[in-house]
Amino acid sequence: MKTEADNMVAPTGEQAPNTRKSRSQWAEVWRRLRRNRMAMLGLVIILIIFFTAIFAEVIAPYDYRTQNLMRVADPPSREHLLGTDDLGRDILSRIIFGARVSLQVGFVAVSISLIVGGTLGALAGYYGGNLDNVVMRFMDVLLAIPSILLAIAIVSAFGGGLINVMIAVGIATIPVYARIVKASVISIKEQEFVEAARAVGARDSRIIIKHILPNSLAPIIVQGTLGVAIAILSAAGLSFIGLGIEPPTPEWGAMLSSGRHLIRRAPHVATFPGIAIMITIFALNLLGDGLRDALDPRLKQ
Amino acid sequence: MSETLLDIRDLRVTYQTEEGLVLAVDNLNLTLKKGETLGLVGETGAGKTTTALAVMQLVPNPPGTVESGEIWFNGENLLKKKNEEMRTVRGNQISMIFQDPMTSLNPVLTVGFQIEEAVMLHQKLTSKQAERQARDMLKLVGIPEGRAGDYPHEFSGGMRQRVGIAIALSCNPSLLIADEPTTALDVTIQAQVLDLMRRLRSEFGTSMILITHDLGVVAEVCDTVAIMYAGTVVETSDTRRLFTEPRHPYTQGLFGSIPSLDEEVTRLSPITGIMPDPTELPSGCRFHPRCPMAAEICSQRTPTMVPVEEGHNVHCMIYEGLVEAKKE
Amino acid sequence: MDQNTTTPLLEVRNLKKFFNTKQGLLKAVNNVSFEVKQGETLGIVGESGCGKSTTGRAILRLVEPTAGEVIFEGEDITAFRPDRVRAFRRDAQIIFQDPFASLDPRMSISEIIREPFEIFKLYSRNEQLERVQELMKLVGLSTKLTNSFPHELDGGRRQRVGVARALALDPKFIVCDEPVSALDVSIQAQILNLIQDLQDRLKLTYVFISHDLSVVRHISDRVAVMYLGKIVEITSYHNIFTNPQHPYTQALLSAIPIPKVDAKRERIILEGDVPSPVNPPRGCIFSGRCPFVMDKCREAPPALTETADGHFVACYLVNDTAEEPES
Repeated sequence: MKTEADNMVAPTGEQAPNTRKSRSQWAEVWRRLRRNRMAMLGLVIILIIFFTAIFAEVIAPYDYRTQNLMRVADPPSREHLLGTDDLGRDILSRIIFGARVSLQVGFVAVSISLIVGGTLGALAGYYGGNLDNVVMRFMDVLLAIPSILLAIAIVSAFGGGLINVMIAVGIATIPVYARIVKASVISIKEQEFVEAARAVGARDSRIIIKHILPNSLAPIIVQGTLGVAIAILSAAGLSFIGLGIEPPTPEWGAMLSSGRHLIRRAPHVATFPGIAIMITIFALNLLGDGLRDALDPRLKQ
Repeated sequence: MSETLLDIRDLRVTYQTEEGLVLAVDNLNLTLKKGETLGLVGETGAGKTTTALAVMQLVPNPPGTVESGEIWFNGENLLKKKNEEMRTVRGNQISMIFQDPMTSLNPVLTVGFQIEEAVMLHQKLTSKQAERQARDMLKLVGIPEGRAGDYPHEFSGGMRQRVGIAIALSCNPSLLIADEPTTALDVTIQAQVLDLMRRLRSEFGTSMILITHDLGVVAEVCDTVAIMYAGTVVETSDTRRLFTEPRHPYTQGLFGSIPSLDEEVTRLSPITGIMPDPTELPSGCRFHPRCPMAAEICSQRTPTMVPVEEGHNVHCMIYEGLVEAKKE
Repeated sequence: MDQNTTTPLLEVRNLKKFFNTKQGLLKAVNNVSFEVKQGETLGIVGESGCGKSTTGRAILRLVEPTAGEVIFEGEDITAFRPDRVRAFRRDAQIIFQDPFASLDPRMSISEIIREPFEIFKLYSRNEQLERVQELMKLVGLSTKLTNSFPHELDGGRRQRVGVARALALDPKFIVCDEPVSALDVSIQAQILNLIQDLQDRLKLTYVFISHDLSVVRHISDRVAVMYLGKIVEITSYHNIFTNPQHPYTQALLSAIPIPKVDAKRERIILEGDVPSPVNPPRGCIFSGRCPFVMDKCREAPPALTETADGHFVACYLVNDTAEEPES
C-alpha cells in the first residue's frame, strides 16, 4: 500500500521539471511575430520612419521652408536627391519632416478614438443594459455618417491645422473602436476566470482593469495598427482637398496635392510623397497582419 | 471467432508542431475480427483519435504524417491506396461518428437531406428511393420520420448523435469507428445511445472500434479492449480478462483511479505524476516515470509484446521476466 | 461522517433563481432547500441543465438569488450589502470546473494565487510570496512553477492552482463545481484525493457538484439528486446506491456504465430528453419521463419529505399525500 503522504504530496512538478523557460503570453507573441518575415519588415520600416521623424533636423539636408525660386520643380539631382517642388523646396527634406506630421496624426488620432471609443465600448460591454443601448445607438449614429465626411465637417467647422485634423480623424473612427472593444469585453466577461476573480472578492474596477482589458488587447492592437494607416490616409486626404495641415508645414497629402498640376511636366513632385504614403501604409498593414497572426490563439497549437 | 477485418501493423504517425516533432502514434499494432467491437481506451494524448484518423486516412497533413506501418482492411493495405480509392472506402466500407455531432452536421441543411446525400454518394438510387431510405434510417435510430425536415439545431444532443449514427450507418459499412460518441451526453441519454448502438450492431453485424476514456462504457459494449498510453498500445485482451485480471501497471492504475459506484473505497489509489510531454517522450517504456514497479531497465529498453494468455498481450518487462513485480 | 451530531454551517431555504430568456422565464433553481453540516461534504448530482451549478453559485452570491434564504453561520447572506458579500468571500470559496478557463492566461501562477491577498490587502509583499509557496506545497505543486503561466501547465496542475487560490483566504466552506470533470481519469483521482485530504487537514465543509454519480458518491457524506431545478432526493452516500427511492435516482444509477464485466443490473432506460426548464411539466417535474407516472403526478408537484431518518424524497410513490405548497 502506498502511504498517505505519497498520495498527498504527489508533487507533480517535481517529477517532470519544467525544462522550458517560463514565458508570458506577450513573450510568446513576440516570439511568433519575430518568425514572420513580412511583419518584421513592416516593423523595421516603421521604426526607420519613426527615427527619421524624431531626428528630422539632423537627417534632412535642407530646411523644409527654404524656397529657391531659381530651381522650381527640378528633377532629382545630386543636390536634391528627390528633386524640388513647385516653390523650389527640397522634396526629400519635406518628406522627412512630413513623416513627423503623418505619424503624429496617425498615432494621436488613433489614441483619441481608442481612449474614447475603448472606454465607451468597455463600459457598454461590461455593464450592458441601458448604458449599452445609449452608447451603442450613439455610435450607430456616428457610424451612419461616412467617417471622411464627418472629418471634413469637423474640420470645416473648426478650421484646419494639425490639432483639429487629429481630433477630426480621431472622432470619426471612435465607433470602430467602441464596437471592437465591446465585442472583446463581452466575450472575456463570460470567461470563468472573471467569475473566479469575483469569487475572491475583486471589485468591478479591478476586474475590468486587471483581467478584462489585458485579455481583450489582441484585437484592439491589431485594429489600432491598421487604424494608424487609415488615420494617416484620412489626414492626407483632408490635406489633399485643402482642409488639413496648413502650409508651409510639410504634409504628404498636401505635397501630393500641390504636385498635382505639375504631374505632366514634373511627375516626381507628386510621386515621391505618394510613395512615402504608400510605403508607410504598406508597412503598417504588414505589421498589423503579422500581429493578428501572432496574437491569434488558434494558431498556437 | 472468425476472420480478421482490420489489422494495423507498426503504425507510426507524427505531427510537426512549433514545439517540435510529436510522436502521436508509434509502434502500434491492433487487430479487429469481423463482427467484433474493439474498445480503444486511453487518456488525453494517448493517440486514440489519431489511430482512427489514420485508418480513415484523414490525418490532417500538414502537420500530420503517417510515417510508416501497414493498415490491412479486408485484405488491402489502406496506406497504399490513392486518394480517390480511399474516398470509396470511406463512408462505404468504413464510417465514423464523432464526439460532437454538431460539428459534423451542416447547420443549414435538413437532417433528412444530409442522410439522403450520404446515401446517394455511395449508392445508385433515385432521389425518391434515397428519401425513403433516409426516413427508414431515422426510424431505425429512434427518431420519428416526420422530423426529417428539421435542421440540426432543432435536435437535442442525444438526437443529433442518433442522426450522426444514422448517417454513418446509411451505407451499411463493414467497420464503424465511433470516437467518444457519448462523452458529450448526459448519462441517461448516453444509456439510450449505447443501447441503440448495441442493437444496431447485432442487427447489422457491423464491426466497431469504440474510442473512449470510460472503462464503464467498454465493459458494457466491447468484446475486446486495447489500452493505449502515450501513443502506443500497452495491453490488449478480451474484455472479460482485462477487467478481471488487468496486467499492465498502467491498466491497473486506471482501475485504481475510478471511484466505484457499488463498493466502499475511502481513498483512490491514483497513478502519480502527469502525462508525458508528447515532444519529449520518456525513453524505454513510456510509462516508466509514473510506474510504481519501474526498474532501471525500464528506461533503457522498449518492452516487447508478451502474450500472457491466449489473446491477452501485455507490453511490459515484468512479463518478459526482466523486472520483478512488486507486491502492492 | 458523524453528520448527526454537528450543527449546520449552511442552510438553504426555498432558494430560487430564475432567468429571463427570450423563450420565457427559465426556472434554473426552483424552490431548493437543504443544509450542510460543519465538516461534511454534500454532493449535488444531476444532468446538464438541472440547476446544480446555479445552486452552487447562488449560495455564494456569484449569481443573485431570485428568492429564498441562504443562512451561513446564522446570517442570511442574501440580505448582505455588497461590502458584506466581499467579507463573506473570505469564508466561502469556489473551485471551478474548467481549469483552462478559470485561470487568467495573462497572469503567472504566483500572481493568480496572490490575487486574493492583494484584494483584501493581507500581508506584506514578502509574506504574500511566502504564503504562495506554502499554498503551492499544500496542493502538491512544485514551487519551481511559481513563475510559470497557466498555458504551460497540464489540466491537473492547473486545477491544483485553482484549489490553491480557493484556499488562499483560509475559507471554512468551498463549493466544488465539477472540479474533476475536465480531467483525465488518472489525474481526476489525484485531485479527488487532494480535495479529501484538504478537508481533513483544514476542517473544510464542501458542497461538491458533479454530473458523475460515482465521483459524488465517493467523496460525499450525503448526496442530493437534482432534476430540472428541484431536488428529488437527498440521502446518505450509502443509501443513494443501496436504497434509492425516487424513480429518477434509480434510472440515473442504472444508466451509469460500471467498469466491471459481471455488473448485471436491471436497466431502466428513460425515454426522451430532459424537458426545457423554461416550460417544465405542471405537476411533478419528472412526470413526463417517469416509468411509474400516475394521474396525480401530472397535477401537482410532490414535496420533498422525510421518509426515513435523514432520507428525503419528493415522490408520490413514497409519500402519496405530500403536495408541495403553492409558492
